[in-house]
This record gives sequence, structure tokens and C-alpha cells, in this order.
Amino acid sequence: MSTSTIDWTADEMMTVASARALAGARTCFVGIGLPSRAANLARLTDNPGLVLIYESGTLGAKPSVLPLSIGDGELADTADSIVSVPEIFNYWLQGGRCDVGFLGAAQVDRFGNLNTTSIARGDGRPDLRLPGAGGAPEIAAHAGKVLIVVRHSDRVFVEKLSFITSVGFGTGTGFRERLGLRGAGPTQVITDLGILEPDPESRELTLVAVHPGVTVDRVREATGWPLKVDGDLATTDAPTERELTTMRELQARTKEVHRART
Amino acid sequence: MAEITNLREAVADLVHDGDVVALEGFTHLIPTLAGHEIIRQRRRDLTLVRMTPDLVYDQMIGMGTARKLVFSWGGNPGVGSLHRFRDAVENGWPAPLEVDEHSHAGMANRYVAGASHLPFAVLRGYEGSGLAAKSETISTVTCPFTGEELAAVAALNPDVTVIHAQRADGDGNVQLWGILGVQKEAVLAAKRVLVTVEEIVDRLDPRPGAIVLPAWVVTAVARVPGGAHPSYATGYSVRDNAFYSEWDTISRDRDTFTAWMTKHVLEAEDATS
Repeated sequence: MSTSTIDWTADEMMTVASARALAGARTCFVGIGLPSRAANLARLTDNPGLVLIYESGTLGAKPSVLPLSIGDGELADTADSIVSVPEIFNYWLQGGRCDVGFLGAAQVDRFGNLNTTSIARGDGRPDLRLPGAGGAPEIAAHAGKVLIVVRHSDRVFVEKLSFITSVGFGTGTGFRERLGLRGAGPTQVITDLGILEPDPESRELTLVAVHPGVTVDRVREATGWPLKVDGDLATTDAPTERELTTMRELQARTKEVHRART
Repeated sequence: MAEITNLREAVADLVHDGDVVALEGFTHLIPTLAGHEIIRQRRRDLTLVRMTPDLVYDQMIGMGTARKLVFSWGGNPGVGSLHRFRDAVENGWPAPLEVDEHSHAGMANRYVAGASHLPFAVLRGYEGSGLAAKSETISTVTCPFTGEELAAVAALNPDVTVIHAQRADGDGNVQLWGILGVQKEAVLAAKRVLVTVEEIVDRLDPRPGAIVLPAWVVTAVARVPGGAHPSYATGYSVRDNAFYSEWDTISRDRDTFTAWMTKHVLEAEDATS
């Protein structure tokens, strides 16, 4: 991999690492925002055959610009097929047609469980209301495996979730098996600081790679539980020039189009 | 057969205080202007149902139209929070809002059960999620053939479903295409159906991927060009992504919101011909 001499940001590194995690995947059920950006970068770089599936019912969408919403016209116009929402969830997701589910979240715990529902604020203040579940609970359950992309902070990586919206490894070893969940659960959590993977025994998220220039101490400070670090800690390859150029062109096109439509 | 009417009369006839009302549309074809007419006619105590309540439900909640929200994702897509929805849930402004909260798969199947005239739908869902414990419309059922325990969700049968579509003919047959969401199921699950359309044409010539809802499952059709804005109607308009961003500013503050709604909704003429 030829490393770029161009400067890049932590956010760009996160997106590049997320896109790389889709190498070899055939079908990806994509959440909007960071997952969609990464999945489209993967399609435009190393995985041109990647089938993107959005919960609006667009199968095989090939957007030339990033969608703002899960149902932008660009997704419908470039899709192989458009199906109804009951069909996308029943036949295509529950039916086992999605190799990878790609999710974001407001909170993640050490077992990769996700909260997108509400956050307790304490001090007698009402809970902070988040948008809610959307497609995530069933994506987390049924996709062949799940990738999670979030920015790393101790407000996101918390000791205890305020609410479990979508389940990862629950309370640890054996949890998914007891529930009869068919998918493998979260196999990677990719952040702007590094990459976490579940420990094969305990299922607890463990730091397996840091991005270039990031120290383990910095990741630990940004994690709300005592973070375990893999003995073979790796350093992520920096973004290549091709990855950076492709991503920046995609974002420039996106900005231009969304501005032009006003 | 569907009556071809105007939006004001259709809402007056079909939407009553206390009704369970679904204005459906999955990003595409959202019946925004029908929602504005419901606000203008000062309907109260509605149970609003929608998979993806976005701006028009934020507006209806902020104007005190709703008592309860049944939903699966309540945000401003690609932008962030729905501030009026949050204010209602967190602070009870302008009135407390009860919620019945699902996943998309659960909501979609609730409409499927409603359209099928079944009491509930079966799915693999909600496993390990805290949602099941919070909702009286999520339970479990044991498969009589395999013994497997599965999720069960109660059927949704709205008093009124409102959708926006591209076209209708003079008899009230309705044609829509592009992203179709859960609209067919929401229509067939409802007791009464109002469809707003971009145009009324002599003949519905075929379109790739289009479905036709026959006039005899539709109660009323009203011509409301641009009725989905800031959402869009494939073939007629594009999504006004900039307005979704602007809404974040307009809706953040109670007074700014109220002033905007007064000017653009309460004092606006309805958009019907």
C-alpha cells in the first residue's frame, strides 16, 4: 500500500479504515451518514462490485454523490431494484441476504451493544431523546456480521448504556447463541482513533489497532471503561493517495450537488 | 369510489379529533401539505403513526395536534434531531407526548398485519433490545410447527391514512412510483384513505416500477402540486435538502418555530385547486 504524503484528518482515516473493512463483502446493508460514506468509498476503490442496500428499499444503489437521507432520489435512480419497506426487512435482511450491516450509534458499550434511543443526563433533567431504533435492531441481529463506525469519545464509549436499542454481544460469551441470533454480531468497531474487535473468548471489545500518530493512552482516555489492548497491537496503514483523492472528490461532488439543488 | 375533492374538504370530512392518523412516506412522497391542513383545521388529540416521522410530524407535534406518536425513527434525516419532538418528549411542550416505539421491521410488519386483516404479524426481531419491554404492542409467539419463539407485533389499522402520490385519473385511481416505502400497506390497513397528488390526468400510462391503488380502496383524492415539499415526488421534484438543514434552525427555538408556523402554515392558503 503506497502511503500518501498528503496530510489527512482523523475523520478521513476513520472513513478509509471503514471502507477497507468492507473488502471481500458482497452485500452491505448501509446506515446513513458515516457508514454510507465509507461504503461508497469502498465501492469506488477496492470493492467496485459491492452491493449497497439502503432501508428505503433501494437494492444495489450506486450513488455518484453521497445521499443526505436514506431515501434520496439519487439512491432510487441508481438502484438495480426498488422494493417496499416490508420487503427490504422481511425478504432481504431477515432472509439472510446481507453479508454486512454497517451501523453508527450514539453510545457503544464494551460488548458492542448500541444505544440510539435516549441518554440519561442526571441532575433531575429529562433524558436526552435520540431518533430511535430505525432498522438497527434487526440489522444487528440478522446481518452476516456488523461493522460499527463512531467517533471515539468517553461520551460514546460508555461503561453502561442508558438504553439497549440494538444488541451486540449482550452480556458476553454465549449471549447471541442463547438468543438464537443468526448473524455473527459486531466484528469490528472503527473509530477516528483506532479499531476494536471482540475478544474471541470474552467477546469484550479490545483495541487491536491504532491509527498512525495515536497513542494507546489517548484511546484509553476516550473510552469509558478500562479498555483492553491486544498483545499484537497494530498500527493502521495511513490513507493512500488514491483513497484520499477518491474520498475528497466524492465529498466535493456531494457538496456541489446539494448546494445546486437549493 | 374515490371522490375527487379539495384538500380542505377532504381533511374536514376524513380527519377527526382523537383519530389514529398515519401520514406515510419513506423520505419520498411525504404528504406535508396535508399535514399543514390538519394543523390549520386545529385537529387535536391525534395518535400520529409513521415509521419515519420527520419535519411534518415535528410541525404537527409542535402545534399541539398530537397526543401520541407511534414510530420507529424520529429524526431530521442527515441533519440531526427533531427539536419539537424532543421538546414534547423531554419537557411536555406544548403538551405531553406519549410514545409507542418500534424498530422499522416491527412497524413495517404492523402495517402488513393491518392490511392483511390479521391481529398481529410475526418476525424475528427485537432480540436483546430494550424496546420490547417498553411497548404493549410487542410480544412473542411460539411457532406451532417448530416451537421457535418469535416476535409478535400488533396490527396497525389507522382511522385515516394520508399519502402523497404522483398522479390520479379522473376516477380516482392512484399511481405512484420510485421509493414506495410502506404506503400500500398503510393504505390497505386504514379505514379511510386520503391521497394528495401532483396532477390528475386522463389516463394512467404505465411507468417502470409503478403501482396503482385502485379507486375503490381510496376515499378521497385531492390535487396538491408540490404537496410533498421539502420531500419530493420522483418525476416532478427533487428533495430540498437545504430546507431540511434550515429546519434545524427554525425549529430549535419555540418562538422562532411558532412564528414560522404562523406565517407559513396558519396564515397560508391551502394549496388546492
